[in-house]
Amino acid sequence: MSVDTAKNPEPPTNPGPDGSPGSGTTELIRLENVTKRFGDHTVLDGLDFSVDTGKHVTLIGPSGSGKTTILRMLMTLTRPDEGTITVDGERLFPAPPKQVREIRKKIGMVFQQFNLFPNMTVLRNITEAPVTVLGMSRDEAEARARELLELVGLADKCDARPSQLSGGQQQRVAIARALAMRPQVLLLDEVTSALDPELVAGVLDLLRDIARSTDITMLCVTHEMGFARDISDQVLMFDSGRVVEAGSPEKIFGDPEQERTREFLGAVL
Amino acid sequence: MTKGLWELVLQGVWTTVQLLVLSALLATAVSFVVGVARTHRLWIVRFVAGFYTEVFRGTSALVMIFWVFFVLPPAFGWQLVPMWAGTLALGLTYGAYGSEIVRGALNAVDPAQREGGIALSFTPWQRMRLIMLPQAVPEMIPSFCNLLIELLKGTALVSVMGMGDLAFSGNLVRLALQESAEIYTYVLLIYFVIAFALTRLMRGLEKRLKRGVGKDLLNEAGAREAKRAETTGVGAAGGGVA
Amino acid sequence: MKWDWGAVRDFMPHFWDGLLVTLQALALGSLISFALGLVWALLMRTPSRWVRWPVGAVTEFVRDTPLLVQLFFLFYVLPEWGLTFSALTTGVFAIGLHYSTYTMQVYRAGIEAVPAGQWEAATALNLPWRRTWTAVILPQAVRRVVPALGNYVISMLKDTPLLMAITVLEMLGQARLFSQQHFQFTEPLTVIGVAFILVSYLASLLLRALERRLVR
Repeated sequence: MSVDTAKNPEPPTNPGPDGSPGSGTTELIRLENVTKRFGDHTVLDGLDFSVDTGKHVTLIGPSGSGKTTILRMLMTLTRPDEGTITVDGERLFPAPPKQVREIRKKIGMVFQQFNLFPNMTVLRNITEAPVTVLGMSRDEAEARARELLELVGLADKCDARPSQLSGGQQQRVAIARALAMRPQVLLLDEVTSALDPELVAGVLDLLRDIARSTDITMLCVTHEMGFARDISDQVLMFDSGRVVEAGSPEKIFGDPEQERTREFLGAVL
Repeated sequence: MTKGLWELVLQGVWTTVQLLVLSALLATAVSFVVGVARTHRLWIVRFVAGFYTEVFRGTSALVMIFWVFFVLPPAFGWQLVPMWAGTLALGLTYGAYGSEIVRGALNAVDPAQREGGIALSFTPWQRMRLIMLPQAVPEMIPSFCNLLIELLKGTALVSVMGMGDLAFSGNLVRLALQESAEIYTYVLLIYFVIAFALTRLMRGLEKRLKRGVGKDLLNEAGAREAKRAETTGVGAAGGGVA
Repeated sequence: MKWDWGAVRDFMPHFWDGLLVTLQALALGSLISFALGLVWALLMRTPSRWVRWPVGAVTEFVRDTPLLVQLFFLFYVLPEWGLTFSALTTGVFAIGLHYSTYTMQVYRAGIEAVPAGQWEAATALNLPWRRTWTAVILPQAVRRVVPALGNYVISMLKDTPLLMAITVLEMLGQARLFSQQHFQFTEPLTVIGVAFILVSYLASLLLRALERRLVR
């Protein structure tokens, strides 16, 4: 079974960061010179990077290095202090509210703490946004929600409340909820950090499945290095608000160039 | 409004302030006696104190005032001066609320402190006086501040009995002028100013007491502020950045 | 002290009339305070301080001044402005308004207690502003505020006798009327005193049961 994501009819082809024409792929997300401070603490320091359509990019690095902040900015939960962020050729911050809503429709996010709505059933959690935001009919939304629940292996939990589910089950519902909006990009923010160890594998297997069987663009922050190696097209090593090293997973995990990367991987692997 | 009418209002303010101070003193005494009694080791003491609290919290302050003014005199054969009747009714009622504050704050003191007192072989009364109360009192102040404002508002009830407080003088002026908007606006403003002054006073008191037990208000406020900064990124503006 | 059961018997029909008015005033006053308090709480969250500041100042003013004087104000001033309502209507509105300045604080605490992640999830799903409030935030906040709102209903019950001051014949008003007509003060005042204790005690038991159900 596959998850169909909204196809972009005419993806804009942007020049690369150095002004050269794009090398055959289309750029979906681009951050330029993005800086974010909390008080005296600089979380992101003049960050540049881009993500191409359909690619799976993983951000690794020590806690507090600003990885999560990037995802939160893309989801418009935090603003950058400086720099520009573009999604699918459209600029965020500043952008008129209408444009922000349009950009958000292209992005789905799964949170570390699931953030399911405890006052709604599982089914309603998934159908709420398609019905009120996309204007889907309730029947259509429910049919789709049931398909997604089957995909995540929780077809029998439609009428359960989030509080009746295990952490792993809740996170799988959250993934289904994000996919129900048919986003082009899926942001995964340490989605297994809050789970009991024995529940981690199930969620990661599901995400591997989704990564393999769909053309959705993924941007993950994770501490699961095995998972990062399996699904990534590109891995970015972060430290102190900067990208220390970027490359294919084989390169980063097999033969990292930077001392800092080796140090970090040595500590977590 | 004429000068004479303003004098009437000022007399009312004076009566209100007197009544407020007297009933606040009585209420404080009742709060501590009953509140401490509710943590007593004998169940009968706890029960009596609890019964008092339930009864006086359960009844309406105005009904209590009527009772003290009309039922007490014939029943016991003595007549109270209105000021004392008002003080008694308000002090007993608001003291019952205050006893809950005292009890809550005493219960919130770290049990290790009590054990420390036992280890030093203090008597129960010494423990209460030297260890429990000094730590519990600063924690009570914000709640007592709210209760004091409630008591200030409660003093207006005695006007129903014809006692010449601020609310009553407002009624007199209304009758004299046959016009109500202006005088009641003034009366409300005066109550508000008194309430504002009381709040300031209690805040100053809290600061001094907290310094006495080594709690740094500045640090606490700083921590609270930092916590708020963490959470206001979203929601403060009614849902998200857009 | 002498106690006359005959007087109690004579008073009881008036007592029931008074109780009915008290409960009416309480029910309507509660509804107004719940609704108005929510309005204040939501207005206090608007981004514009030109809304927040006046709402904050007015509600603080109402909260810190005596309900009794507010009752007089509405009862005597509104007719001067050409607005005439029955004494009960005026009283119910005054109680509702006064207590709305308390319930707004309850709502505020309830709204602030909804985890930030809920707002973030609503943003991530692109839910519109209105829908975020009505479908996500308020349903969760309301569960949390029920016990505190209940306590204010009990406080309101104990403030309903103030309506007597503007001629409403609730329990205390009935007791006073009866006392003045029969020169018997002890019995009617004691009856309604006990009634207040009983009703508020029953209400608090009810509330505790409700709380247990909601927490579960």
